Amino acid sequence: MSWGALYAQLGGVNKHSTSLGKIWLSVLFIFRVTILVLAAESVWGDEQSDFTCNTQQPGCKNVCYDHFFPVSHIRLWCLQLIFVSTPALLVAMHVAYRKRGDKRSMLASRGAERTPPAELETLKRRRLPIAGPLWWTYTCSLFFRLLFEGGFMYALYFVYDGFRMPRLVKCEQWPCPNKVDCFISRPTEKTVFTIFMVASSAACMVLNVAELCYLIAKALTRCLARSGDGRRRYGHADGVMADDALLQNKKNEMLLSSSTDSSSNKTMC
Amino acid sequence: MPAIVGGENSQQKRAGLQQIQHESMSWPALYAQLAGANRHSTSLGKVWLSVLFIFRVMVLVVAAESVWGDEQSDFTCNTLQPGCENVCYDQFFPVSHIRLWCLQLVFVSTPTLLVATHVAYQNRKDKRRLLQASCRAGFLSSKGPDEELEALKKRRLPISGALWWTYACSLLFRLLFEGGFMYALYVVYDGFQMPRLVQCDQWPCPNLVDCFISRPTEKTVFTVFMATASSICMVLNMAELAYLVAKAVTR
Repeated sequence: MSWGALYAQLGGVNKHSTSLGKIWLSVLFIFRVTILVLAAESVWGDEQSDFTCNTQQPGCKNVCYDHFFPVSHIRLWCLQLIFVSTPALLVAMHVAYRKRGDKRSMLASRGAERTPPAELETLKRRRLPIAGPLWWTYTCSLFFRLLFEGGFMYALYFVYDGFRMPRLVKCEQWPCPNKVDCFISRPTEKTVFTIFMVASSAACMVLNVAELCYLIAKALTRCLARSGDGRRRYGHADGVMADDALLQNKKNEMLLSSSTDSSSNKTMC
Repeated sequence: MPAIVGGENSQQKRAGLQQIQHESMSWPALYAQLAGANRHSTSLGKVWLSVLFIFRVMVLVVAAESVWGDEQSDFTCNTLQPGCENVCYDQFFPVSHIRLWCLQLVFVSTPTLLVATHVAYQNRKDKRRLLQASCRAGFLSSKGPDEELEALKKRRLPISGALWWTYACSLLFRLLFEGGFMYALYVVYDGFQMPRLVQCDQWPCPNLVDCFISRPTEKTVFTVFMATASSICMVLNMAELAYLVAKAVTR
């Protein structure tokens, strides 16, 4: 159960995503997960063993490290990537539920004997359009993604007072005697990778916002197109009704004129 | 030369086989086993499996194991007395959190195999009946017996009758194991919080000695996370049990 297995799970969901969603998944796995596994983990590998304090007091280093690094960057990023990937599984569950319902209704209407397995396979393999309840599920999943991305980025900023790693921190936790200088291992490299991961996270957020706007625009145009059709149909009916009334008026006038003519004829004779 | 080459090849093969054996029994292998049984689960059961593998196994493997990686090497005691650190570590960490969680996840996944065994037994019985019937009838149906056997293997059994009882038992066992391990963790470590300092006076430590735990805050964060995920799984199991009972009662 590692990143490869998670990618396999999400790859299946990707079939029902928009193009922006597919780009998002690639950015997530190439620029964030791969960089985390291949590069960042070795930068932070010696974070505690090479955290050095200017004291021989036993326990002071442990306590100061714990005070300045309550949760390591690597763990925060791992949790962020897991949480950000998970909303896509909401969409997968919805799709699976819909397909099962469709399969059941097809079997019920045609009968299990008369349904060829090829048709069931095409039903299983088809790509559902993002409309109706699936639109809402997809939009919810995008909201959750944005929430988790923003939340974890804020947590990182808050816990570490910014995205820069200092070279020196001053510690006066017990059992350190007085104030003690502690030196962080590889601070510049850690700053570089932190900024890189934050930038990738921001790019993913921009992609999610763009995808959300695209979905909303698509839904609005669909609504407008539907209401536009309706209005045209209503206008045509109005015209037809007006024509009918006009025709009836003419008929009435003709009848009236014919009756007065006959009466006038009678009087003349 | 050929002998040496042959020797190298056989050594490589042995190493490869050992690697395969090591890799074959791991979390992905367990997932493969459970995913097969998952077909006969309810929707809540499928959600439970995803929560288990994504929020617990994956977090354990990818994050938690590195937090606890240096638990003994960075456990520091304020003494130069040889053996004191070993003894104090052993006293305060009888079983590491990581090992407890591994055991918990393995035990919690196992009851699903009860259901898989029952389904396999049912399929085998039906297959035997089908073969006997087709032998007696002499292939009167339009579909060949092979196609029917395949359909039998691929169908999804409804959760009723004996399978209902097996499924309900498996849910009860899951709840038992989850609760049991969470309670064991709470009892062994006096809660879910990891202190920064523990005081130890085991022999051979001279008097009372201060010992400092490595990364206590990060460990507390992950302990609380895993306990929360475990509670969520327990809630899902209880909901699934309630759903099954309600379904049986309405039937």
